[in-house]
Amino acid sequence: MKNRSLISISDYSKEEYLQILELAKEFEENPVQKIADGRVIASLFFEPSTRTMLSFESAANRLGARVIGFSGASNTSVAKGESFADTIKTVANYSDLIIMRHPVEGSSRYASEVSHVPVINAGDGANQHPTQCLLDLYTIMQTQGTLDNLHITLVGDLKFGRTVHSLVQAMCHFNTTFHLVSPDELKLPSAVKLHIKEKNLNYYQYTQMPDALQQADIVYMTRIQRERFQDPLEYERVKNSYVLNKALLVDVKPNMKVLHPLPRVNEISTDVDDTPQAYYFKQALNGVFVRQAIISKILGLK
Amino acid sequence: MENNNRKELVVSAIKSGTVIDHIPNDMVSTVIKILNLYEVTNEIVFGANLDSKKYGKKGLIKVKDKKFESSEINKISLVAPSATIIEIEDYRVARKFKVDVPKKISGIVKCFNPKCITNVENAKTKFDVLDGEDLKLLCHYCEKITKKGTVEFL
Repeated sequence: MKNRSLISISDYSKEEYLQILELAKEFEENPVQKIADGRVIASLFFEPSTRTMLSFESAANRLGARVIGFSGASNTSVAKGESFADTIKTVANYSDLIIMRHPVEGSSRYASEVSHVPVINAGDGANQHPTQCLLDLYTIMQTQGTLDNLHITLVGDLKFGRTVHSLVQAMCHFNTTFHLVSPDELKLPSAVKLHIKEKNLNYYQYTQMPDALQQADIVYMTRIQRERFQDPLEYERVKNSYVLNKALLVDVKPNMKVLHPLPRVNEISTDVDDTPQAYYFKQALNGVFVRQAIISKILGLK
Repeated sequence: MENNNRKELVVSAIKSGTVIDHIPNDMVSTVIKILNLYEVTNEIVFGANLDSKKYGKKGLIKVKDKKFESSEINKISLVAPSATIIEIEDYRVARKFKVDVPKKISGIVKCFNPKCITNVENAKTKFDVLDGEDLKLLCHYCEKITKKGTVEFL
């Protein structure tokens, strides 16, 4: 993985996912390892983000690297009309690795082609967010002890949710059975289902959430965004039909955990937070260890 | 007899070069564009609304003294999968073949996604051809699929 960009979850193989997860575990046990001393990591957030940016910067700092960069493009030369490619080429001269988030889809792939240092995609519009996917895999492994032969229930916006697309794609390597819960308007796109079909795995589609909870080892909740709907009434109707609350958790498997990429709005009631199933805050913490592992691998430090 | 003579006049023979036959009637200008024939200095004859036994009406292009690389000619398979390529040497058919759908294409088609980097920056489009018959192109950058109904040629 040394010097290889991570743009899309399909850039890495199953074996490479597992190597990253193993290394992340090492960082969980021993988070402060100053192995990137003297390295400079550029953190380019053309679009603001709290969780992802801070967890990347925290990961870089715990490795002893220095972080340069910006959040929001308004104070940069992009605002003066500089092309994106020129900005990336310039920053590549100042750093050993670029971490970037940009609202334009495919921007990270393009950056990795114009930059001579590797690029980690921290989200390119509605397209990909591979480090979120790896931290989801890590969390699933942590809670279930394995990634193989699990039943995963995905709930909410399966059409536009980039974390859902990457997770489905990645879990197709592990003989997963998928339970897909969404309104008809937000079903999983056929391009993503293609991955499931290629591996001859089973998937089931539901419009009601309670039908898909009993079998699940993992329930992956997502936020349904208002802007996805043309009719605001339709949004109001749909949004309240995919709310997970404590009462729904009575018949679930004992090992079942609830994950969410966060931020949540109302799709997980706060009464779930103190149940044994709630795992989404731990999931967010795992982001730092997994990103430490990814940075170390790409910089060739581990 | 008279009819046949006239047909010969419309699609007159060339001594050497390439004939692209069986082009869907409405795709002649697109094929010219894809093959960049506006830029070449070779003699070019093209026709549309020609009678075809197989297709009813068809289009046809003749380019004098030119042969195409297969990687180049195969680009037209996206709009003219029925096309036949006939290479002429000394008024005779030297080679005749159908076009193949390429696995990857670059710089021919616009990505339909307005939020794709190729529509925002000066980045050349690249696609994996998932389905050449029922046109499905996977964008190398934004990973969205451009389909028959949304395809636009550059």
